[in-house]
Amino acid sequence: MSKRSTWALPYAIFLVLFVALPLILIMVYAFQDGAGNFTFGNFAKFFRDTDAINTFALSLEVAIENTALCILLGYPAAWILANKKLNKSAVTIVLFIMPMWINALMRTLATAELFHMLGIQLGKGTLIVGMVYDYLPFMIYPIYNILDRMDKSYAEAAADLGATPWQVFWKVQVPLSMPGVISGVMMVFMPTVSTFAISEFLTNNKIKLFGTIIQENINSSMWNYGAALSLVMLVIIGITSLLQDNKKEVSGGIV
Amino acid sequence: MKKFFAQCYIWLLLIVLYAPIVFIAVFSFTESKVLGNWTGFSTKLYENLFTGNMQGTGSLMTAIQNTVIIALIAACVSTILGTVAAIGIHNMRGKAKQAISLLNNIPMLNPDIITGVSLFLLFVFLHISQGYVTVVLAHITFCTPYVVLSVLPRLTQMNPNIYEAALDLGATPFVALRKVLLPMLKPGMISGFILAFTMSLDDFAVTFFTRGTIGLDTLSTYIYTDARKGGLTPELRPMITIMFVGILILLITINLRKIRNSKTDRE
Amino acid sequence: MKASDKIIEFKNIQKGFGDKVVLDDISFYVNKGEFLTLLGPSGCGKTTLLRLLAGFGNTDSGEILINGENITNVPPHERPVNTVFQRYALFPHLDVYENIAFGLKLQKVPTDEIDKKVRRVLKMVSMTDYEDRDVESLSGGQQQRVAIARAIVNQPKVLLLDEPLAALDLKMRKDMQIELKEMHRKLGITFIYVTHDQEEALTLSDTIVVMNEGKIQQIGTPTDIYNEPQNAFVADFIGESNILNGKMLKDKVVEFVGHEFECVDEGFGENVDVDVVVRPEDIYIMNRTEGAQFTARVKSCTFKGVHYEMFVDTDKGYELMIQDYNAFEPGSEVGLLIRPADIQVMKKERVINRFEGEIVDETHVKFLEEVFECKPQDKFEVGEKVNVEVRFSRVELIDHPEEGILSGEVHFLLYKGDHYHLTIRTDYGDKLWVDTNDIWDKGDLVGINIAPKDIKISKRDE
Repeated sequence: MSKRSTWALPYAIFLVLFVALPLILIMVYAFQDGAGNFTFGNFAKFFRDTDAINTFALSLEVAIENTALCILLGYPAAWILANKKLNKSAVTIVLFIMPMWINALMRTLATAELFHMLGIQLGKGTLIVGMVYDYLPFMIYPIYNILDRMDKSYAEAAADLGATPWQVFWKVQVPLSMPGVISGVMMVFMPTVSTFAISEFLTNNKIKLFGTIIQENINSSMWNYGAALSLVMLVIIGITSLLQDNKKEVSGGIV
Repeated sequence: MKKFFAQCYIWLLLIVLYAPIVFIAVFSFTESKVLGNWTGFSTKLYENLFTGNMQGTGSLMTAIQNTVIIALIAACVSTILGTVAAIGIHNMRGKAKQAISLLNNIPMLNPDIITGVSLFLLFVFLHISQGYVTVVLAHITFCTPYVVLSVLPRLTQMNPNIYEAALDLGATPFVALRKVLLPMLKPGMISGFILAFTMSLDDFAVTFFTRGTIGLDTLSTYIYTDARKGGLTPELRPMITIMFVGILILLITINLRKIRNSKTDRE
Repeated sequence: MKASDKIIEFKNIQKGFGDKVVLDDISFYVNKGEFLTLLGPSGCGKTTLLRLLAGFGNTDSGEILINGENITNVPPHERPVNTVFQRYALFPHLDVYENIAFGLKLQKVPTDEIDKKVRRVLKMVSMTDYEDRDVESLSGGQQQRVAIARAIVNQPKVLLLDEPLAALDLKMRKDMQIELKEMHRKLGITFIYVTHDQEEALTLSDTIVVMNEGKIQQIGTPTDIYNEPQNAFVADFIGESNILNGKMLKDKVVEFVGHEFECVDEGFGENVDVDVVVRPEDIYIMNRTEGAQFTARVKSCTFKGVHYEMFVDTDKGYELMIQDYNAFEPGSEVGLLIRPADIQVMKKERVINRFEGEIVDETHVKFLEEVFECKPQDKFEVGEKVNVEVRFSRVELIDHPEEGILSGEVHFLLYKGDHYHLTIRTDYGDKLWVDTNDIWDKGDLVGINIAPKDIKISKRDE
């Protein structure tokens, strides 16, 4: 059976070629000028470019606000859904995760059109609301998952030891559900900070996010600068993913 | 009382969440070019969608075709590649296993835009002209990890004696693989395939960066271009409605079956 | 026994995983039609040995013969043996019938014949009418029957059973034991059975192979193993026993618990240290003290269903376990009697810790991979290889591993009536033995110290 380990070889080669090498290329291009010489110029350009810096800051701000709103709205929902006393229908959770399966662009367009029809001015407000729309299911699902699987005897033990329901919630259930929240943060924060297209739809091209700047640079053949900006984003993503404890996988399959 | 408020909150969230989709669905039954302008009930948009007689740009049908074909190829290839890889990874030990698991996780952790940009740079670097093939390769890249992660747990949960039992009963390693191992991995392969297929259908960013300049469009890129030109092609409304209802039915049946199965398991 | 009666033969089997030796020079044979049990605690190598026989895994060295033919390198699917796995290993995607027919279909047996055979074995395991059932809907006992049926339908020369009853509850286990025995009789093929349950082994087997730490401890019939254990491990592992330090004074006279007893053993020599085993049911206990060999005071008395189990303190301060049909009041004075035939005398495996060492300087010697202080000496030169001896009772164990010169883990323990005899495995994987009055548990981590005066150094005999 041990010879079976060689079966991973084709995929290993594939991974090196299509995952490792492309990431290395981002780094290589980021530190090169158009002629292929080594340079820090791309980064210097980024730090001097107030527009880019402002967009970068705005992207972070929007991502943080969106994530916070998703936790605020999503945690209670996940808690109610996981609580058998409050919710008996297993179909409700399916209704909540279903939007995850529908093309994000379509959902976003629909949302923008709805705002439009309701006569709401497209801008930063609609951007955040629209993002919450798009990403709320990604916050609810992992939290629901961990709350649903949580051993009820923890809460019972805490109550038995004299904790009030409120204390049980804050001192036992919330800390125990943190891995779910972190996983939700990963699933909401990372796509929001890197999004493009969605922000344009939701603000009628008024507000650009960092992702859009990367896309514009790549599309206008400014590969080296685009790669440098991508590297900046990778660093942000890397910092965020440090939050996650690799050993605890909470996001499960939906099918 | 507590329960009442809880239920209210849940339903309120759902109503708000679904409002845009319902809105699109309602206006798919009218002819008006502008959303939100009700010009009377009509199924003309559905007729147009199915006859391919589009208002505005006529390449929506091609875009849909491309989307489905790319998703099918990507899902099939990733299911095979991922299953074979999962069997290999399951039998690996130590550092090599850690390394390949880490690499396997990267496409899932990476934001789409990074995957897109990095693959774009790869194709530029290798001087591969971008088009259909590069899009398919890119889709395989981000789909296969999901297949690996669907199949791997079935291998680890499997009683290792089962494979040995087949050998013990006279099966050669190949027969044991075909008659015992693969049938047991089938549920994982199927859910991996479905995941891969939907991931590919949904994708926008990676396709956007790897499709090149030959004018290849999938549904996502079509919508993007279309929306930027100003206004959604009206035929997209029935399109979205049909996709939504399809996914709704699919997910509800799958989950109901799962709930029923888990109930019978407990008996 | 004629040579042709041997169906399986193991020759010097050696097997390790990494640094760990799992099977150490295993050699024995199995007779045709025999019910042979490999018995031992978990990790003793019994399952590994069975798997080697089935063809899962390779030996490091040694040979396995079936019917005189070397099959060491034959792949599992070509071996004339079939296995019943511990957790059944039924194919979940196939129903009962298809599971059983799996092997026959591979052999391309005609369909009607498969049908006949499957129905016959289903009847044999009392599972008629279950053909179409999903295997996962069956109870543990039923799954086990299907697993057995799936193996025997191929008419193997040898049936291997890897703790097949371990996952069943007690009542079911007892029933299945009877059925297995019956099945063995009917089929007339060789059964090789792996278990850690000594009672199961005694009930089922024609021959028992007791294993521990990759070595065979004893091979014999159940009666032999129970009545005449060859060492303290076997005596302790099989049934309940009092294991005591004793001294063979001369032929047929042994001293233990502070008294002299007549026994039936001879040939040990005079004044030789031995281990003595007395089964708790072989000690006669009575209310009066006249006519008794020695006296004791009852410490506790517990009803065990059929008999009472009592612990007594003897007049010389030893603790003994006694089983009797009558209860004796705790605190009462009793007389005890042991018949010569019920005293089992065993040669001691070792009487002292003996290590290979090396002189570091005048007051230090290195053994067990650590440097110990010893009494100043000038007989040996620096770097000279020497023998080191430490008496069991002179090894000091302490609670905190880090405070010992050496640290290790309690690996095995034996109560010897007035003290514990412990086997300690050091962090470097060496073993040493300790006599102590302190109570330790298996798996405890301990620090090990030895006082300089207790380290005896002698010249290395070539």
